Amino acid sequence: MKTSIFTTSFQRGKPRLKAALVFGAIAFVIAFAAAVNTGIVGELLRPAMSEAVLVGLWGRFAVALVVGILCFGGCYGLLGLPHRVQSWSVWAGLALSALLLFYSFDLSYEFIERKLPFLLTQGAFTTIYVSAISIVLAFTFAMLGATAKLSGIAILEGVGAFYTSYFRGVPLLVQLFLIYLGLPQIGLVIDPVPAAIAALSLVYGAYMTEIFRSGIQSIPRGQWEAADALGLQRMVTFKKVILPQAMRVIVPPTGNQFISMLKDSSLVSVVGVWDIMFIARTQGRADFKILEMLITASIIYWLLSVVLEMVQHRIEAHYSKSVAR
Amino acid sequence: MTTMKVEHRDRPPGAAEAQQIAIQLVGVNKWFDDYHVLKDIDLSVYQGERIVICGPSGSGKSTLIRCINRLEEHQRGSIFVEGTELTSGLDNIHKVRSEVGMCFQHFNLFPHLTILENCTLAPMSVRSLSKQDAEQMAMRYLEKVKIPDQANKYPAQLSGGQQQRVAIARSLCMEPRIMLFDEPTSALDPEMIKEVLDTMVELADEGMTMLCVTHEMGFARRVADRVIFMDEGQIIEENAPAEFFDNPQNSRTRLFLSQVLGH
Repeated sequence: MKTSIFTTSFQRGKPRLKAALVFGAIAFVIAFAAAVNTGIVGELLRPAMSEAVLVGLWGRFAVALVVGILCFGGCYGLLGLPHRVQSWSVWAGLALSALLLFYSFDLSYEFIERKLPFLLTQGAFTTIYVSAISIVLAFTFAMLGATAKLSGIAILEGVGAFYTSYFRGVPLLVQLFLIYLGLPQIGLVIDPVPAAIAALSLVYGAYMTEIFRSGIQSIPRGQWEAADALGLQRMVTFKKVILPQAMRVIVPPTGNQFISMLKDSSLVSVVGVWDIMFIARTQGRADFKILEMLITASIIYWLLSVVLEMVQHRIEAHYSKSVAR
Repeated sequence: MTTMKVEHRDRPPGAAEAQQIAIQLVGVNKWFDDYHVLKDIDLSVYQGERIVICGPSGSGKSTLIRCINRLEEHQRGSIFVEGTELTSGLDNIHKVRSEVGMCFQHFNLFPHLTILENCTLAPMSVRSLSKQDAEQMAMRYLEKVKIPDQANKYPAQLSGGQQQRVAIARSLCMEPRIMLFDEPTSALDPEMIKEVLDTMVELADEGMTMLCVTHEMGFARRVADRVIFMDEGQIIEENAPAEFFDNPQNSRTRLFLSQVLGH
């Protein structure tokens, strides 16, 4: 059963009308404040009123009113749809508006089309493999870190505490420079890609250590005791009893971290890794078409994180199957 | 409150003494920081003996039985289980735990595993049984506690009484020689207490050595060979149930009995 904060159904009757009115009013206020009378909506109203009226206060009011009424009508229609359809159409509508916004920037599509293959084969490919390796390593570091912190062995607890403190405490960009530029000082010359992977996985491993630790600690002590009483080895208990239950708590914030890491991987462009961001900036700068490349890059990042989101949902569903009953 | 048709095999303590000792506690002391929970506990439990431990809350009765399988560590004195002394050595702890099964107040079933998987996990991992053998044994014990048809459900789908019976079956799958019960019916709705007690009575009749912390005085009277009353970390009084209930010696025992039986 899904929990929700509000119990009112806005799908029919008076609540539906009221909700649509509220949305319409909000749209009116925003439209009036933002003075949209000169934009696309204004153009559409041009036949109804003269240029002079349109730019004045009266025109501003009229345009805002039209926007408000349109929004009211749209919302009223939308609210009658089934729940899933509603949320999906809103999602699609907002995504479309974002794309329209990009579209209104008057970009050179010929340029994007020309650069896109390179952005994908070189940039997206690098971003994906740097992120994928970092995700696996971060997961491993987090597992080790959480185990160390909960081991009950003082030395390991100290190591774990220092690890999370340092790598959570220093900015990722600084870590990246320290690894890339600092390690050669002690004779360890390191390539940009390994340096990027090291920085990303160490920092995200530190964040995830805390997620894992709190997830493991959220499992009642009785579970450990029951396993002890049955004579299970502690490592078996951890693997077969505690971790599968902790995963339910661990997965949502970890998915968050992975999406965040995917995007933070754009920082590695500063040490010259040819990821999406690096290609976008260098290619865009050469032709003074920076916005084209930035928008294309943002859409690629977005699509990639949507994929991660879907993976996260699958895993979440898997680990909550025994509790869903 | 519960009616059980159990033939009580009256066994005088003298007869039990002739048998082998299953558990022996000698001068056991335990502290939780500054709090002295167990004070010089001496106790011998004979093989096949059924012991009920009662007493007010905070008297140390749960801590006492939790020391027997080392869920709690005692700080002074010694505990022997089937001849093995409980020390901090992992081998000894392991050996003792393989002889001793335990049921908890809140069942502590593994919620992410099915009933069958709950029962097969330990035999497969500790006893290295094959999946097939472990499942066969699990089904045998699930039949014994009368819930074989729930084997593929998850714990949350069962009633409290059923869950506690699964917990008993799960322990039995390790074929222990001793069973510890820590208030096994305290978290149950009244109508489910009987089914769990019936299962325990059945176990007792088969000669299982049992230590049971419970407030079910009816169960104690019918099943126990010996009732132990604890207060403030000490064993205040121990006696055969008839003697214990009809003629309590200590004033604190009398007060306690008047409180639990007087309603």
